[in-house]
Amino acid sequence: MDRELRGKVAIVGVGETDYSRNSGRSELMLSLQAVHAALDDCGLRPQDVDGLLRWAVDTSAEADVAASLGIKELAYFGEISQAGNVGAALVANAAAAIAAGLAEAIVIYRGLNGRSGRRYGRGEVTGRGGAGPGQFTEPFGVLVPQHWLALMTRRRMYETGVTSLHFAHTAVSIRSHANRNPRATFFDVPLTVEDHQNSRIVVDPFHLFDCCLETDGAGALVLTSAERARGLKKPPAYVRAATQTGYTRSRAYIETAAVATGPRLFRMAGMQPSDVDVVQIYDHFCPFVLFALEDYGFCKHGEAGPFAEAGGIRWPDGELPVNTSGGHLSEAYLQGMNQLIEGVRQVRGESTAQVKDAQVSFVDTGVGTGAVILTKEP
Amino acid sequence: MPGLPLPIPNEETRPFWESCKAGELRVQRCLACGKLRYPPRPGCSECGSLEFDWQRLSGRGRIHTYAVSRQAVHPALEGLIPHTAVIVELEEGVLMTSNLVDRAEEVEIGRPVEVVFEPVSEEISLPRFRFV
Repeated sequence: MDRELRGKVAIVGVGETDYSRNSGRSELMLSLQAVHAALDDCGLRPQDVDGLLRWAVDTSAEADVAASLGIKELAYFGEISQAGNVGAALVANAAAAIAAGLAEAIVIYRGLNGRSGRRYGRGEVTGRGGAGPGQFTEPFGVLVPQHWLALMTRRRMYETGVTSLHFAHTAVSIRSHANRNPRATFFDVPLTVEDHQNSRIVVDPFHLFDCCLETDGAGALVLTSAERARGLKKPPAYVRAATQTGYTRSRAYIETAAVATGPRLFRMAGMQPSDVDVVQIYDHFCPFVLFALEDYGFCKHGEAGPFAEAGGIRWPDGELPVNTSGGHLSEAYLQGMNQLIEGVRQVRGESTAQVKDAQVSFVDTGVGTGAVILTKEP
Repeated sequence: MPGLPLPIPNEETRPFWESCKAGELRVQRCLACGKLRYPPRPGCSECGSLEFDWQRLSGRGRIHTYAVSRQAVHPALEGLIPHTAVIVELEEGVLMTSNLVDRAEEVEIGRPVEVVFEPVSEEISLPRFRFV
């Protein structure tokens, strides 16, 4: 039996709502609007959809989406836990389900009022109130993602010599991509290295512009088989490989889970990091773009900072453009969803910072907790 | 001011908090492979054994990493700024998340620290760290 995923399934539709600080709509309504946009994008109708997958931390249940969408029967559904970091895991599961014949067309969706509602940056989703694992962190003032990720960043600075100035160049490169993307929150707001370095320190070593946005909005992806994909409106983005890592015994506070995800993903794809034309990384905090580039094998350990400073991640001249829609730092914080959408647009040739003849598009959705490789050809 | 959350002990973690109350830092030791582990959990992440006892640690170690809150990014930090979270590598090799009771300006990786138990309720004393 052929157990490889390579090109059997494609992402055929992508869609998003507007991104704002106060949507004025429910998370369910946002989700439905994004699903409609993604279906319109590929030309499938709601009654063609028989599968729904979602982030477990979100509030819009599959049956509620199905009931408001006109789906006849939901043959495949589910959610994946942890936090915002499971986008690639959902793509992997959707692709596997379609390849195995469990469903014909699966929509992955998420809609969140991440600014006007529950705020990740305030611990309103991940906080535990001193219970469970929170009893060993929260009483000591380690309360929000900024805290535990600053702890890791500081150690990594010590280990590799990467500096805040490297982070500044990274943030500025990503902002320059957002400045080309009319959907981006910071479309018309430029950023300089000086702006970054002069911005206030939130949790040392994070400056304000190391931290991502908080966003109200929604996004959706439609997946179906390669055979069916070829008759639809837009060029398919074939799922060459997709994988997830839920736990790894990596060196705490030094390595990300990408050290496990990367080799597995590239083995599944039959590819090397050097085969990749364009990269999207889960940039909740700017330094993690650099850590992911190193841990996935795009750069050697300790070399991503100088690579970014030299313009290596900046479109159009950089060797490896990263976060070409503006990422979480400057487009929107849909936690992996906007990176997946942008990864698809790159292989379609639709990006506002389009990498010329992009054939292989890499998307990380959680600094190592999962990643996908999308290709233009099956 | 809501204040920092207090630990809510459960079956797996209560012995740890009871030893802190008694002024001792104790972590689990795997009876199969000898590996020390923290925070408390039912099984050994090295070998999977569910058999363990509790071993007292010296309470001394070095700062493995730190993060200084310069603004109250969570309401519980109001009035506590600057606040220095640390990961301490204890002499026995265990990493422990805590916070520093000393000045944030003097924190650096590798600096020696020792535990100090601060009573915060009738049942709970928190293991925090100070410079040696």
